[in-house]
Amino acid sequence: MNFDPRFSGRKFASVGTRPIRPDGVDKVTGRARYGADFNMAGQLVGRVLRSPHAHAKIRKIDTSKAEALAGVKAVITAADLPDLTDGDAAMYDILDNCMARTKALYDGHAVAAVAAIDARTARQALKLIEVDYEVLPHVTDVDEAMQHHAPLINDTVFTEGLEEKPVKPSNVTKRSQFGHGDVHQGFGHSDFIVERSFKTEQTHQGYIEPHACVANVSTDGTADLWVCTQGHFVYRQHCAQLLGMEASKLRVTSSEIGGGFGGKTHVWAEPVALALSRKAGRPVKLVMTRDEVFRASGPTSATSIDVKIGARKDGTITAAEATLRYSAGPYAGSWAEIGAMTAFACYRLDNVKTVGFEVLVNRPKTAAYRAPSAPMAAFAVESTVDELAKELGMDPVEFRIRNAAQEGTRSSYGPVYGPIGIGPTLEAVKVHPHMKAPLKKNQGRGMACGFWFNFGGQTCVDLNIGMDGSVSLAVGTVDVGGSRASLSLVAAEELGIDYSQLKAIVADTSSLGYNDMTDGSRGTFSSSMATISAARNAIKILRERAAQMWDISVDDVVWEQGHAVAKGEKHGNLGKLSLKEIAAKSGTTGGPIAGHSELVADGAGVSFATHICDVEVDPETGSTRVIRYTVVQDAGKAVHPTYVEGQYQGGAAQGIGWALNEEYIYGKDGRLQNAGFLDYRIPVCSDLPMIDTQILEIPNPNHPYGVRGVGETSIVPPLAAIANAVSNAAGVRMTHIPMSPPRILAAIEAEREG
Amino acid sequence: MAGVAVSTTINGDTIEYLCQPDETLLDVLRDRLGLTGAKEGCGTGDCGACSVIIDDRLVCSCLVLGAEAEGRRIETVEGMAHGDKLHPLQQKFLEHAALQCGICTPGFLIAAKDLLAKNPDPTEEEIRFGLAGNLCRCTGYDKIVRAVQDAATVMKGA
Ligand code: FES
Ligand code: FES
Repeated sequence: MNFDPRFSGRKFASVGTRPIRPDGVDKVTGRARYGADFNMAGQLVGRVLRSPHAHAKIRKIDTSKAEALAGVKAVITAADLPDLTDGDAAMYDILDNCMARTKALYDGHAVAAVAAIDARTARQALKLIEVDYEVLPHVTDVDEAMQHHAPLINDTVFTEGLEEKPVKPSNVTKRSQFGHGDVHQGFGHSDFIVERSFKTEQTHQGYIEPHACVANVSTDGTADLWVCTQGHFVYRQHCAQLLGMEASKLRVTSSEIGGGFGGKTHVWAEPVALALSRKAGRPVKLVMTRDEVFRASGPTSATSIDVKIGARKDGTITAAEATLRYSAGPYAGSWAEIGAMTAFACYRLDNVKTVGFEVLVNRPKTAAYRAPSAPMAAFAVESTVDELAKELGMDPVEFRIRNAAQEGTRSSYGPVYGPIGIGPTLEAVKVHPHMKAPLKKNQGRGMACGFWFNFGGQTCVDLNIGMDGSVSLAVGTVDVGGSRASLSLVAAEELGIDYSQLKAIVADTSSLGYNDMTDGSRGTFSSSMATISAARNAIKILRERAAQMWDISVDDVVWEQGHAVAKGEKHGNLGKLSLKEIAAKSGTTGGPIAGHSELVADGAGVSFATHICDVEVDPETGSTRVIRYTVVQDAGKAVHPTYVEGQYQGGAAQGIGWALNEEYIYGKDGRLQNAGFLDYRIPVCSDLPMIDTQILEIPNPNHPYGVRGVGETSIVPPLAAIANAVSNAAGVRMTHIPMSPPRILAAIEAEREG
Repeated sequence: MAGVAVSTTINGDTIEYLCQPDETLLDVLRDRLGLTGAKEGCGTGDCGACSVIIDDRLVCSCLVLGAEAEGRRIETVEGMAHGDKLHPLQQKFLEHAALQCGICTPGFLIAAKDLLAKNPDPTEEEIRFGLAGNLCRCTGYDKIVRAVQDAATVMKGA
């Protein structure tokens, strides 16, 4: 189709307003159905047996006693999920993560599963499964895993990306490098150089809804899967491949999703539930416990990062360099690579070099978490930038403005930027009243910048016009935080009708073409593009039908504010036809009226944010309170500003938790010590202040309305902004996240002892 | 294991059910009675997603046994609206967009209802501490606190 995605600078009637979301009433009355809220007749309860060891060879699994227990309908192990991945290494890793094949690679790794008539029977059955483990030495720390003597997690892994192919296997799966210019020369021109090392601990996305699904495999080879996911089309593909099904025979319906933040982009339990259902011949519901969510799903990388930045006296950065080590869990990923790409993306640099190392450890497989890998890199870089500003005697905002990337800047990861928001967010922060508010004793202020790429991807939308003139919009991107509202606004805008005339739903995999995940901040960006395209296709038909009703040429019919209008003097008396009037006649003018769109949404505009944070540090206990927080971020165009603010606030709050409290704590035995919300403490209401937001709108030239993704960037600056604030309050540079009270106290004491 | 026969009042209706002695009230509500408004976020009393009010007391239904509901009066999110008229808290949560994914919303609504019943005019700090037993990972709580403040104003006027 001839769809022109370029920014058109139109005036908006619907976009930018703040109506109530279409799925809202169901969610405040308890009627909305999430992953665990769905049931089927005859359904069994599935449960998973997990390894208690961080690293162990599985010698033998005896399931006979479990199978013999009354009420048990199926027991499966890896043998029931044969390897059908056909040399696809990434899919093999997914398969192995779903059910350990020869080795358990982390505490919590699935080794077997049961389906039984009720939860109690299923739990009993798990206790009857006998697994003969040979416990192996393990490693959970990213720096230790890189040492030569570290236990090898996978002896078929040889580091990629080295000049010479290594002769020995290693826990380092890949080395990646980005940058341009000559950093050696650049540092030669520096008057000041700051070099620091940082660590960040592993965190979890912490969605409140555990993973849940209901699988129903029929004896005719078809199957249904109900699941909370960020991408039901991707789940369908993965599950179909792992189970040896044709994708079209597996219908996946995405339930309402109770948070994902990147953590519901991978299959874990779903292939297991399908395999159980296939074996038992009955539907199986599988819901993770919170303990399983922490031990077996989701976490981020733990990192260790060195940064070196040099500048001239006048405040111009002459060179910047970073080495970034990211843990990936026991399977290869691209986490350090992304960190290395984002690290210096905010700045205009002549000489820049970043090197990333992906490191295998005996922890759960790393999953995306909101702008994955970027917050840790930003923490290290933005902390160093603050230190350098201090050395130079410059205001940290001024120093950043001086070096900020602009339109035309070659980014540190390669591409040349179009119109971008880093400069404007910094200018907005510079004049923000927050920056001038007085601080009291033991309080400190910090600020920091953040970048995220944003993503577009494959997208598909159906827009159907009913005979009563109401419009249904079927999208394939899962709604994680209000996108049905924003996409309805976009369709209303394009069609020129009222928001209340529309109803948007998320269609299942059998009702709509393929859609990529809702990740990379793509939900509203890409589906709005497809919605605009679908609406334009529908408008074309509406014009044709109006022309037919009037018996004039379609070329003389234009679409204005929800009406077909006959143009030209000869049609002076024809007036206009509303969408409703045209729809009412559709049965006699050619049948149903619809617009479809299938596209790859290219050109997701990059996004920048600058955050300001005030904290108060208690020097006696080391405990920190965030007392004021401001987010300034470019949205391109805020389609539904309230939900854009919500994304800014939510990302900031997650960043605050990461910066101050949250971390995976492993014992010497390689077991996770804090697999619950009591000991893995995410921010609660009384921990936080109001979070102020300022939305900037620098149109994305590659979207008709100028929209950019907004979901992820907000988690990038907080770690650094808070670290800068804490460092200013405590008078000592904090280099290890989370900045928990013991770490802050230790830093203060070390400083005192000099 | 023999089932326990329980007679209780849920959202004003007399309800009778059989449950296992080790079954939680949350499981009874969700799996036996089809009241899936209360959610299980943790099962250990740490997230508040399962909040219900029993005899005017806010509790985590994952920490109460189904058998303990005998003779009690239970309020869940399903009973908050009157017919097709939403409770002011429900209305204000919608208007303020105090939910993103919405999984925490039933728990927050119940906790906020209990808070405003005991303290109709809470300060921001009282709201923040009053709702500190409920986790929300999406919103950063800002819009939730504002929705509760706004609902309190409306309810005082009523
Ligand atoms: S499920 Fe009851 S407190 Fe979390
Ligand atoms: S809205 Fe998602 S957890 Fe609160």
